[in-house]
Amino acid sequence: MKTDLTRRVALGLAAGALALSATPASAQVSFEGETIEWIIPFSEGGGSDKWARFYAPLLSEALPGQPTVVVKNMPGAGSTKGANWFADNADPDGLMILGTSGSTQFPYLLNDPRVKFDYADWTVVLATATGGVAYMPPDLAAQFESDPQALFENTVFIYGSQGATRLDLVPLLAWELLGMQVEPIFGLKGRGDGRLMFERGEANIDYQTSSAYLSNVLPLVEQGQAVPVMAWGALDPDGNIVRDPSFPDIPTFKEVYTRIKGEEPSGPGWDAWKAFFVAGFPAQKMVFLPKETPQEIVDAYTAAFETIIARPDFKEVSLPHLGVYPQSTGAAAKVRMEQGTVVSEEAKDWVKNWLRERYGVELD
Amino acid sequence: MDLFETALPALEQAFALILQPTQIMYLIAGVLLGLSVGVFPGLGGIAGLSLMLPFLYGMDPVSGLAMMVGLVAVIPTSDTFASVLMGIPGSSASQATVLDGFPMAKRGEAAKALAAAFVSSLFGGLFGAVVLTFFILIARPIVLAFGFPELLMVTILGLSMVGMLAGRIPLKGVAAAGLGLMVGAIGDAPALGSARLSFEDWSYLYDGLKLVIVGLGIFAVPEIISLLRQDRAIAKNASLGAGWMDGIRAWWKNIWLSIRCSGIGVIVGVIPGLGGSVVDWIAYGHAVQTTKDKSKFGQGEIRGVIGPESSNNAKEGGGLVPTLLFGIPGSGSMAVFIGGMILLGYEAGPQMIQNNLDITYTVVWSLALANVIGAGLCIALSGQIAKLTTIRFTLLAPFMFMLIAFAAFQSRQSLGDLVALFTIGVLGIFMRRFGWSRPAFLIGFVLSSQAESYTYQAFQSASIKLRTGGWGGMLEYIFSPIVIVILVITIASLWIAARQAKAILPPEEEGKPKGDKRGPVAFALFVAAFFLLAVVDAATISVFNDKIFPLVVSAVSLVAALGILWQMRRAPEGHALFEDGEVHGDDATAPKGLWTTLGWFAGLLVLASLVGFILALTIFFLLFLLVRAREGTRNMALLALPAVAVVVAFFWALRRDYLPGAWLTGIDLYFGLVLCIAVLGALLYGYFRLIGSSGKSPRIAVLTTCGIGAMLLMAHLLNRDFPPGLLQEFVKLPWPLGG
Repeated sequence: MKTDLTRRVALGLAAGALALSATPASAQVSFEGETIEWIIPFSEGGGSDKWARFYAPLLSEALPGQPTVVVKNMPGAGSTKGANWFADNADPDGLMILGTSGSTQFPYLLNDPRVKFDYADWTVVLATATGGVAYMPPDLAAQFESDPQALFENTVFIYGSQGATRLDLVPLLAWELLGMQVEPIFGLKGRGDGRLMFERGEANIDYQTSSAYLSNVLPLVEQGQAVPVMAWGALDPDGNIVRDPSFPDIPTFKEVYTRIKGEEPSGPGWDAWKAFFVAGFPAQKMVFLPKETPQEIVDAYTAAFETIIARPDFKEVSLPHLGVYPQSTGAAAKVRMEQGTVVSEEAKDWVKNWLRERYGVELD
Repeated sequence: MDLFETALPALEQAFALILQPTQIMYLIAGVLLGLSVGVFPGLGGIAGLSLMLPFLYGMDPVSGLAMMVGLVAVIPTSDTFASVLMGIPGSSASQATVLDGFPMAKRGEAAKALAAAFVSSLFGGLFGAVVLTFFILIARPIVLAFGFPELLMVTILGLSMVGMLAGRIPLKGVAAAGLGLMVGAIGDAPALGSARLSFEDWSYLYDGLKLVIVGLGIFAVPEIISLLRQDRAIAKNASLGAGWMDGIRAWWKNIWLSIRCSGIGVIVGVIPGLGGSVVDWIAYGHAVQTTKDKSKFGQGEIRGVIGPESSNNAKEGGGLVPTLLFGIPGSGSMAVFIGGMILLGYEAGPQMIQNNLDITYTVVWSLALANVIGAGLCIALSGQIAKLTTIRFTLLAPFMFMLIAFAAFQSRQSLGDLVALFTIGVLGIFMRRFGWSRPAFLIGFVLSSQAESYTYQAFQSASIKLRTGGWGGMLEYIFSPIVIVILVITIASLWIAARQAKAILPPEEEGKPKGDKRGPVAFALFVAAFFLLAVVDAATISVFNDKIFPLVVSAVSLVAALGILWQMRRAPEGHALFEDGEVHGDDATAPKGLWTTLGWFAGLLVLASLVGFILALTIFFLLFLLVRAREGTRNMALLALPAVAVVVAFFWALRRDYLPGAWLTGIDLYFGLVLCIAVLGALLYGYFRLIGSSGKSPRIAVLTTCGIGAMLLMAHLLNRDFPPGLLQEFVKLPWPLGG
């Protein structure tokens, strides 16, 4: 099994190197015989864990000197524990990297008192985007299409949620802006449980991130048990919301809003939604080094991730793990990080106020 | 029949796929790894599977699945060793086994208990595999029938088992369960994350206490301390009475109980969201209910071992149903399992059942084969390993402390884990001493977060149904046929418990003087004060969703605790209320004091906070063997130090250059495994040789080296660190000394 992998990677590397004619020279940096710890502030088996474990063997092959890359799970305190630990313990030698997700960004953006780290202290070397799709039972979806106002007035939507300050903030706020009456039932252990609630008929609206939608909701759609109604969308290089490349046929929330309300969304609520949407989806998962890390090491990581992404079979092997979203490195990743971790004070205050008034959640 | 027409050809193909030498090799590799991981309390499937994940990438799917299933399937088999031999709940699946398995070991019947447990495991595992085969094709509507009201009702059924295990004074059982529920509610609330009983900035408690720590603290610590004080072998008179054949015969006599409990295991395993931790308690309760002479439970009744052990392996088969059918992990290890399947190129879910039924069935075959191999190996070993119980306990004790400290430390990998273990351990010691039901406490703890979430979620859903569908709609939602059936079972089981509660009391202890009132009253006051604190704490939470459950539970428990105090005021001295193990019982005659013995354990913690865990452990081993176990002179003991240094250097070298991933892929998996087992075997061999010899100083050296070596090997394999202390704040030390 091991030789297969090595050969495949070697072929890929060779092909990639040929195609690019040369990868940036980082010959001075070598991790030969070293072990790189990849801190994942979530437990084993979660989305971020799977993402890191997909990349880890590829990264190990692509970095100069072929170091061992070990995923180290450090869950706790809503992922702030692992991130705090990295902030305190990582040396600028490239031997420890951190993988964060939207669930790490949100407490940071909402000024959670447990957050002791600052994204500004880190350098990003990879950003992975994802998307999300909301769906309903067919009868409600038909009404959503034909007469949304009546639907919103007469129907109470039930949504299984993990908590209002988690990624679920994005769908809850979107539906609120549309004027839907959504009653969240909190305390679910994962988004899979939300889908199960929908399948049981205990929920009549749900959303899943792209890969979960593709593997678990699409069969329901094909059987006529669910119909997608909106996707959150993706960002173009200028930061505009466009249709999600994984779901070109599903309208974005922005389009749906414009159709139903008769005008483009605007105002502080929309600004807040957009800020948190970007943090939660287009800039969902990122890999960081400490800011003081020498440029050669940062470049070596950037080159390694570029080599991985340039592999001819990358699309094929990554599809089940990452979907068709862009994997940004270098300057593009930096832009993503800015978009996902810098949010105006107005938007933050608006969201905090909304969480307090709507769900009674005090954050300070 | 349609079912068979679909299932049989696929089963046959799967059989052909799995019965290849390579696949079987991988299966055996998984089983061996699973057995070794299962023996270590607190590690369990998540740690084992995570260790495997790096190798899965690019592996042949059938081999990969066989290896993963092999590992998962046998963990509830081998965790029985710790439960029976040491009274340490090996994993959440074998907590109930401790109740009767450990007393059997103390009676010198360890081999019998182990063999009965392994046969039950084997039977349960095969039962689970058979059910999985056919059930997976038709289970979808059944799984979907379990909404919040049904899940809540099953949780309540689990809680009702407290009635069976409450002990002599029912009110104390209620308060003990309440205490468990409240300890389980510590930390962030499941709904909206308000902090509860976390005392502001003490972030350790914010994440709540993990089952590993509570299980070890409440069961293992009190037993270890008690045995240490009596300074004898686990088995009284250090002899082994019944052998493993007796165990198999005992199982055969109780075959029907084993079948019923396997059924319970499968059903609870199939329902997603319940998790495995309640299965063994329901099975144990069932075993108690269906036994005529209940007086032996808790004293070493073989049915109390057969019941839970049949159910916990059957659960793994059941648990694969929602995992494969919906892609929803029923437990933490299943989440990693799903992750591993993705690495192999398969996405768990309905498509897999439809398109890859043969691959799916290789899982079934692997499950069955793994159970046979695993249980077979364990039975073969049980006679030898049971001899552990004849060794003088004082020699085992440092290993036990090391084992439980290491296990507890897997929870959060911080020094706080050890403090939490010690605190819960002290609570466990007092609950044991004053006759408060520890099983009731653990059931409450295990079910706390489920009870809260499902109550809230069922209530919320029902109130929305009331708004949209009126009373009719709501009642129809809540009182589904499944709810009514489980409700009837719950009421019946409570009724049996109430009617027969007296039968469970050991009659000979009635009427004996229980000592004075002071100790028992002081502990009851402490419990009441905790509930009062919990009430006040809950009242200050601003979010209603997060407040209501702890408020109601702590208030009800406070009333129960006050009721006990009221009874104590009125009852005469010598009443069963004032049970006190220090005045009457084994501990009363123990040669060593409670506080000095506990002091050794506390000393380990203090040392660890000063010089880090590994250094502290080394010092602890040497001092303990020298002073407490009186093993030879100080000068000789210093021989141990170079030995430890060699071990540390060896593992440090491994760690730097050949970390688990590269090391094992480098030499390849087989060699890695063989090497690990060989090292462990050599250590154990040396250990047993020296137990018999009379030379004392090499014994200390070997004991210390074995202990530290085994711990480092495990930690190294699993890529774990150790808690650093003050020393490490100032000096940067390499792994493992630096943490």
